Amino acid sequence: MLRRMAKVERKGGLSEAALREFFREMLLIRRFEEKVEERFRAGELPGFLHVAIGQEAVAVGVCQAMEEGDVFASTHRAHGHTLARGTHPNAVMAELYGKLEGCSHGYGGSMHLYDVERGNLGANAVVGGGLPAVVGAALAFKFRGEQRVGVAFFGDGATNIGTFHEALNLAELWQVPAVFVCEDNSWAESTPAWQHKPVEDTIDRAKAFGMEAMKVNGQDVEEVYAATKKALAHARGGKGPVFMDVECRRLHGHYVGDPQIYRSKEDIEEAAEHDPITLLREQLGLSDEEFDEVDREIVEIVEQSVEFAKKGTDPKPEDALKNVYA
Amino acid sequence: MPELSYREAVRDALSRAMREDEDVFVMGEDIAEMGGSMGVTHGMLEEFGPERVRNTPISEMAIVGAGIGAAMQGMRPVVEIMYEDFLTLACEQLVNQAAKHRYMSGGQVKVPLTVRTQGGAGWSPGAQHAQQLEAWFVHIPGLKVVFASTPADVRGLLWSAIYDDNPVICFEHRTLYGLKEEVPDELDPIPLGKARVHREGEDVTVVATGRLVHEALGAAETAAGEGISVEVVDPRTLQPLDEEAIVESVKKTNRCVVAHEAVTRMGFGAEIAAIVQHQAFDWLDAPVERVGATFTPLPFAPVMEEFVVPDAEDVHEAIKRTVART
Repeated sequence: MLRRMAKVERKGGLSEAALREFFREMLLIRRFEEKVEERFRAGELPGFLHVAIGQEAVAVGVCQAMEEGDVFASTHRAHGHTLARGTHPNAVMAELYGKLEGCSHGYGGSMHLYDVERGNLGANAVVGGGLPAVVGAALAFKFRGEQRVGVAFFGDGATNIGTFHEALNLAELWQVPAVFVCEDNSWAESTPAWQHKPVEDTIDRAKAFGMEAMKVNGQDVEEVYAATKKALAHARGGKGPVFMDVECRRLHGHYVGDPQIYRSKEDIEEAAEHDPITLLREQLGLSDEEFDEVDREIVEIVEQSVEFAKKGTDPKPEDALKNVYA
Repeated sequence: MPELSYREAVRDALSRAMREDEDVFVMGEDIAEMGGSMGVTHGMLEEFGPERVRNTPISEMAIVGAGIGAAMQGMRPVVEIMYEDFLTLACEQLVNQAAKHRYMSGGQVKVPLTVRTQGGAGWSPGAQHAQQLEAWFVHIPGLKVVFASTPADVRGLLWSAIYDDNPVICFEHRTLYGLKEEVPDELDPIPLGKARVHREGEDVTVVATGRLVHEALGAAETAAGEGISVEVVDPRTLQPLDEEAIVESVKKTNRCVVAHEAVTRMGFGAEIAAIVQHQAFDWLDAPVERVGATFTPLPFAPVMEEFVVPDAEDVHEAIKRTVART
């Protein structure tokens, strides 16, 4: 016990117990995503899917740092953020199966996970689509004097689109309590960063707006957590928005089934060496026994979510006519 | 009863809502010190201050998107888009975001956003400052669309738009801002989806919107001198649409002309014609006639602009064509 405690570095002021809980959350996302890939390949899931394998530390680090009342907008790669913010795996899986018990009641699907109760204002299938609304939510908090923060997730690919620039410009101009989390995995679908942005360092884009910006190692959950805490405190304290350039690795393809013909074997192998779950497991010094114990529990939760989803209620075809207007 | 111009009527609705309700605020380009490019918000900065009468950068995506985000937090923002041509810049946010959040979330979210904009030809602004694009937005499930033609209507409808729990786009017509009318001291909200019969008649129904309501009333007067009795119906709200009022009128007159300033082809009038032929087929004595702009961008030279844009004479000729059939 003492040996393991000594191995845990304390970047985020986290206890070992807390870090073990983060590990559990990250493993839940990993096992959930692996199951999703498996069920998709089995032909059970409609539509198409983007999994967050390799980016678990970003989801868990950011979402664990958020406080009750904070809100966020997610991306097409939304399962991890949604699970990390506390939406039950059953509700997420049921949504992927298109069931009424899903977190968007079957109206959204993988790319449109919502859970307003937990501050999830929706995952967006349009790259950069959610950023302006986060500025608006933050503006509402500022208007009302509420100590709340709006958080936007997006990737480095989104930093080329107009909404990114307009949203950051407006957020900085109006000094609203927003945090922009760029999951900088250096891929825009199949297009590498060097082909999609002329600015080598993504952080320079935020600095151009005069925005407080920080670079974060996205494979290290403690660092992500600590940085997010700092960013949220800055925004919440009325000091304006913060940009987080969270450098991370996408271990799998853009979508489930992506053969990644555009990506070198070396790049895939290099990414795998930075698996955040392996890194945290080593940091915590978990024995095989200890790991297996957590893993069994997580696998069971994920299995149950599939069972729950399969037994879920199919919407009636004419339910399609509901929810168009309030 | 005070006399208000169309411009003052818009301002009156905005100001009354802002006096009564802290959740209402306005934002847009040049709306504060300058009072808006059409002078609609003139004087409001002095009464409500720069937080609630909020000048924005030229940044339509972010303005509309921030409105969406604030609306999702329960505020009732009114966003001014200076010219409706510039709505095209905010289309992603209006079409993919505002219109769909409620649906994609399975009913968890409301977006009580109002977008005011204006357009209209007749002053040689050229091709990018006077289009009539209302038909684009009527095509999008999840949006409501208002197009008022008189001071009393614009005031009552804008109030209802602000207090509607859905995104509403209110089109105003530039050439109507100076139009004056006596309105009651009390603001009577006009429910969305209720048409107004401006003039009763027996022989032909003219369904007209915006400026063409007034052109239609002029044409009706001319036709009356020729012994043709014309009924003029203004839907006022294009979505939801008061189909019943239109169909009932046509069943009485047995003839129908649709008139709008927008391009005829694929215009809003095409939908009216389809509704009328389907619901009043056995009552029709003539094909539904359509009046609108020619299928061209708006030209600059006054002589060409006048040729392209419809007026009372065009409506009068269409009326005569329907009567000539029997």
